[in-house]
Amino acid sequence: MNIIVPIKMVPDLVDELEINEDGTDLDRDFLSYKLNEFDDHALEEALQLKEEGDATVTVIAFDGEETDKALFTAIAKGADNAVKITGDFEEGTASHVLAKALAEAIKDMDYDLILTGVQAADDRDGQVGVLLANYLGVPHVSVVSGVTLSGNTATVHKEYAGGMMAEFEVDLPAVLGIQAARETPRYAPVSRVRQIMRQAELEEVEVGDVDVNVGSEVRRMFTPEAGEGAEMIEGDAEEVADKILEILKEKGVR
Amino acid sequence: MNQDIFVVAEHLKGSVEDVTYELLGKGRELAGSTGGKLVAVLMGSGAEGLAGSLGAADKVIYVDHPALENFNPEAYAAALADVVKANNPGLVLVPNTSMGMDLAASLSVRNDLPLVAYAIDVAIDGGNVVATSQLYGGKVNAESVLEGDTVVVSVLAGSFPADAGKKDGAPEVEKAAAPAELDNLKVRFKQLIEPEGGDVDITAQEILVSVGRGIQSDENLPMVEELAEALGGAVSASRPIIDNKWLPKTRQVGKSGLKVKPKLYLCLGISGAPEHIEGMKDAELIIAINTDESAPIFEHAHYGSTEDLFDIVPALTEKLKG
Ligand SMILES: Cc1cc2nc3c(=O)[nH]c(=O)nc-3n(C[C@H](O)[C@H](O)[C@H](O)COP(=O)(O)OP(=O)(O)OC[C@H]3O[C@@H](n4cnc5c(N)ncnc54)[C@H](O)[C@@H]3O)c2cc1C
Ligand SMILES: Cc1cc2nc3c(=O)[nH]c(=O)nc-3n(C[C@H](O)[C@H](O)[C@H](O)COP(=O)(O)OP(=O)(O)OC[C@H]3O[C@@H](n4cnc5c(N)ncnc54)[C@H](O)[C@@H]3O)c2cc1C
Repeated sequence: MNIIVPIKMVPDLVDELEINEDGTDLDRDFLSYKLNEFDDHALEEALQLKEEGDATVTVIAFDGEETDKALFTAIAKGADNAVKITGDFEEGTASHVLAKALAEAIKDMDYDLILTGVQAADDRDGQVGVLLANYLGVPHVSVVSGVTLSGNTATVHKEYAGGMMAEFEVDLPAVLGIQAARETPRYAPVSRVRQIMRQAELEEVEVGDVDVNVGSEVRRMFTPEAGEGAEMIEGDAEEVADKILEILKEKGVR
Repeated sequence: MNQDIFVVAEHLKGSVEDVTYELLGKGRELAGSTGGKLVAVLMGSGAEGLAGSLGAADKVIYVDHPALENFNPEAYAAALADVVKANNPGLVLVPNTSMGMDLAASLSVRNDLPLVAYAIDVAIDGGNVVATSQLYGGKVNAESVLEGDTVVVSVLAGSFPADAGKKDGAPEVEKAAAPAELDNLKVRFKQLIEPEGGDVDITAQEILVSVGRGIQSDENLPMVEELAEALGGAVSASRPIIDNKWLPKTRQVGKSGLKVKPKLYLCLGISGAPEHIEGMKDAELIIAINTDESAPIFEHAHYGSTEDLFDIVPALTEKLKG
């Protein structure tokens, strides 16, 4: 069983995000990047499947900010191989382009299962996993939070609203968009990541220009209106607590 | 672009989901500006009767096949692709729900059509569809122009009022043939799994104290439970708290959790990602505590503070206990 996990770095959402001068993208000069949290879940699920059976896990990512560190971290966590895709795919590249390029890189690999994160914070033109499955011509299910393998099929749970789930049986090879791994994604100690960085090698695959019609362009990027926001309560914790009590009384909640 | 506006109807367990009405309402307005028809695409098995609850549409295109009885990513994508190909609408509106996420991107690749996802608004401007997407966990919006005769936009649930799309009356139903692909599927529906019952029904609570990843550890939960108790309410949470197994799934608020409308929703260390907002934006009073002043939760809260939750929670509990 060969499992491929495509991972992607996204801007850290804890930071303040600023818009560039043309107002069509983030100002990427000072952004810090981190692994898309759903990709971390996809990797964890892959590692869980590896541990319960006989599987190799290959992580694959586009070259860019923090990519090497993310790939080495994945190895430190238990992945068997790490592949870096080189080419012209800078941060902010459209999902259609990334998915098509991933399909190019993956199509000749020997794979049974591809686990992607269900979505990423910046996939404006669609979720890469579903696009990738369609470019590869293999079945897919997204918003998955439970995977069981048996022979050449996977039984998966897809989440709907309100805790309702649907169970599907999927013939492999397939792409699954992972919402949550069965366990909280593991951490690799920083010392272990450093050690791996010295020892392990990243395989590189070059992908040239891909021919795909994105068909949409951002004409304006902006942070949502501050005007419609909350009334901010000033002061230290004691003062804020007093004010909250006052509001609750006023609104008849207390 | 072409003129007709298509809306993909989502249904579960025999009833049409609200998001469909939200899209029909918006679709009606857009069809008004293109001068086209508003058409609902319904897929199912013996589900033609559901067309009777899609009265806001001028027409319903219905595809019937046993494999369409329950949602199936492969079967629905194949049927939808055929309907769109045969009718060449100007715009296909798909809900950006669990089901819609499987459909929109598939339609885009299968039919080579532009797609914009996570939309909270859609307009026609200068003959093109313009969609506003909510990105980066709700911190940034992007307005995209889509070019092409037929384009696809997937829209977040809760973006438009459902009332505008609810209308009595049975529209004309046109039956479309199911593609041959449906007789040989690689994805097979097995069963629906109902949620487990929980100790507390958070949808019935008037006061919810909701915790997010800002709480750092399950060791800090008792402090929050004490506050909820002092307020006479219950504790709910964002998804990561449930994924960490710190609280049961029945306490989850949001897209894949429950929708709540309490009198008070006090959120502690929740960033306000669109998937969370979907579940609580109709609360009567929302107070948010978050140390990040740019957290999107402050766009939806009535009151906010950037003080540390670990200072506010004990202070508030103490004052309540008086
Ligand atoms: C893709 C990626 C994966 C990383 N994985 C690890 C890892 O497994 N272990 C590790 O110690 N450092 C990891 N780091 C490095 C980490 O993000 C911090 O840069 C570093 O640990 C400094 O910690 P901090 O307390 O200043 O940072 P913070 O970013 O505040 O981190 C808080 C805690 O979360 C851990 N953490 C943060 N991001 C990740 C992540 N994506 N995956 C796993 N743990 C994370 C950190 O170790 C730290 O204990 C990763 C970085 C990247 C870009
Ligand atoms: C298909 C799908 C469905 C989903 N369904 C749901 C759903 O139903 N419900 C849901 O909640 N999410 C859902 N999500 C996940 C969602 O995208 C977010 O990842 C999640 O809501 C983030 O949770 P959070 O706000 O607790 O965490 P984070 O986004 O990590 O935010 C933590 C916040 O705590 C603040 N903070 C940190 N320390 C402190 C402190 N000491 N005091 C005060 N504030 C502090 C930080 O500033 C930060 O804003 C779904 C995602 C997908 C893809």
